[in-house]
Amino acid sequence: MTEVVEQHPFAKYLREAMMPHIWCTGCGNGIILNAFVHALDELQIDLDKLVVVSGIGCIGRTAGYTNVDSFHTTHGRPIAFATGVKLANPELEVVVISGDGDLFAIGGNHFIHAARRNIGIKVICANNFNYGMTGGQFGPTTPLKASTPTTPYGNIEHPFNLVHLAAASGATYVARWTTLHVRMLTASIKKLLQRKGFSFIEVVSQCPEIFGRRNKMRTALEMMEWFKKAAVIANFSDPAKAEITPEKIVVGEFLDLEKPTFEELLREKMNEISKENGE
Amino acid sequence: MVKEKAVLTGMHFMSGDIACAEGAIAAGCRFFAGYPITPATEIAEHIASRMPKIGGVYIQMEDEIASIAAVIGASYAGLKAMTATSGPGFSLMQENIGLAAMTEAPCVIVDVMRGGPSTGQPTLPGQQDVMQAKWGSHGDYEIIALSPCSVQEMFDLTIEAFNLSETYRVPAFVMADEVVAHMWEKLVIPPAEEIKIVNRKRANMPPEKYLPFMPDDDLVPPMACFGEGYRFHATGLTHNEYGYPRTQSSEVQTKLVQRLCEKIRKNADKIVRAEENMLEDAEVVVVAYGIVARAALSAVKKAREKGIKAGLLRPITLWPFPEKTLAKAAENAETIIVPEMNCGQLVREVERITKSSRVFHLAKLGEEPHSPMEIFDFIRRKHK
Ligand SMILES: Cc1ncc(C[n+]2csc(CCOP(=O)(O)OP(=O)(O)O)c2C)c(N)n1
Ligand SMILES: [Mg+2]
Repeated sequence: MTEVVEQHPFAKYLREAMMPHIWCTGCGNGIILNAFVHALDELQIDLDKLVVVSGIGCIGRTAGYTNVDSFHTTHGRPIAFATGVKLANPELEVVVISGDGDLFAIGGNHFIHAARRNIGIKVICANNFNYGMTGGQFGPTTPLKASTPTTPYGNIEHPFNLVHLAAASGATYVARWTTLHVRMLTASIKKLLQRKGFSFIEVVSQCPEIFGRRNKMRTALEMMEWFKKAAVIANFSDPAKAEITPEKIVVGEFLDLEKPTFEELLREKMNEISKENGE
Repeated sequence: MVKEKAVLTGMHFMSGDIACAEGAIAAGCRFFAGYPITPATEIAEHIASRMPKIGGVYIQMEDEIASIAAVIGASYAGLKAMTATSGPGFSLMQENIGLAAMTEAPCVIVDVMRGGPSTGQPTLPGQQDVMQAKWGSHGDYEIIALSPCSVQEMFDLTIEAFNLSETYRVPAFVMADEVVAHMWEKLVIPPAEEIKIVNRKRANMPPEKYLPFMPDDDLVPPMACFGEGYRFHATGLTHNEYGYPRTQSSEVQTKLVQRLCEKIRKNADKIVRAEENMLEDAEVVVVAYGIVARAALSAVKKAREKGIKAGLLRPITLWPFPEKTLAKAAENAETIIVPEMNCGQLVREVERITKSSRVFHLAKLGEEPHSPMEIFDFIRRKHK
């Protein structure tokens, strides 16, 4: 006998009242949210102890869509906000889901310092190579030569290699996937949620409506065909060499190590000090 | 864990900055995020040494933008949280002060004012940020700002700032200045049980009944914190009572923004504090705040000795401004004198309220605050 379910089994993870979402047809953000929700479900994460924080941007709406404690900060500040949350209550699982512009242009300083301190927050970046929300202007991950409304003659800025930046800044778990690698991405998000230190996943994501159509990839399919053709899985290869070019997108897990977190060191220090006080 | 006492009851000899840090701790602050800057650095240094002993968090962030963002995060996670800075850092914080106002995050921001604009005069006092405290972030909102004039008030008003911020879910400022912050004076810390502590109104309804931005009659919504099972959303976007964005609705925008203003404006009588000295029969009313008020009081006393009926009004809350007290004092006054360590800021408020054409501003920039003699001479010159 088949069971009739009234509700999608994952409905509990989403705020129905926030639907419909704002994302364009073919946008990769839904795939990322889907992978995130699958990871939560597979791990049976305690939703009362999960906080999702986003900045401003298309992907920044994710915080509002997840049915947990969530906060939509000012542009660029989700990591700094999340740092306060995590240190105030280390029991909470604090996940930042935000964009390439939010996390690496206006918020770049917060990213490198949170990674350096090894604050136990988890960061997922939807890298769609542009500022989707404001109409597709170039950003810190836009490839050289790409056309955007503010690089009408082609981008002359070199993009960041986000996984290299994360690794060099001190992140303890670093991975990159594309929206095509849904299973790997979900497995990776599960790991991210299980690690205790600063963890980072870059998700290379299609933005056909705003980025793609100015760059000869008019549809989601065309963008994902690029991912399919160019992606090379190179687990634990040197993140410095993990390029993203028209020919090659290096994906995989680059780093997975243990290092004391800020919260642990702070707790240790407190215990040390109060022992001295007690003697 | 053996903990040090949070409230250091007793008589002390302390600097204003250290007293401010102790006031915060006594108020229940257990989270401080900051970035060093003269003349507020000693607040951070003292907190850094005290917090680990009482189970609180000190974190030095990468800048002041991050500091205030972390403070808002900690507040939403349930702690009383604070940051301390001076002009350049205060400017950097403005963006997220707006976020704190919009998301109604209780938090305290100390601005130890030095000479500006820009990097200005790091080691000299100023009162050049008092309008920035009121209007610094974009959009319409209200805040609360207190002005301490002594080391004792650095302690007392920091506690008051926490209490007000928790009561009204609003950013509260302690607008100190370099002199008040760096001078050493007697400080009396009362027994813990004698210190009035206010904690935010908590959500106590079942989660399915909780609307995070639905106010009570006092216009303040009860607050749930992260991790308590309420699973609510907050955003800097214009939002309805559910916390959901409604960026196209004039109705939601009007209701929200008016409430953010009115929860302070309509409660102003409960918030406002001012010290009145010899105002009953005053023909000359001096309006002065912070360290300048102390010189002004001496000047007023001297004027009285010389037969001039002078009085002092010292706003303790700069925002909301003690409008009624001033209006009453100004009724029979012939001359109003406003000495400030700026080119004329709070004087505009005095002019607005008194509508008097005999309001005179005495600016002092780039050195020590006004001396009593300077203010006295000014009174004599202007009051003929
Ligand atoms: C301080 C500030 N500057 C600029 C903006 C305008 N703005 C909104 S979203 C955005 C860029 C978002 O890009 P990204 O983080 O990559 O997210 P996406 O929209 O691509 O998902 C900008 C510049 C803003 N909201 N705040
Ligand atoms: Mg983007």
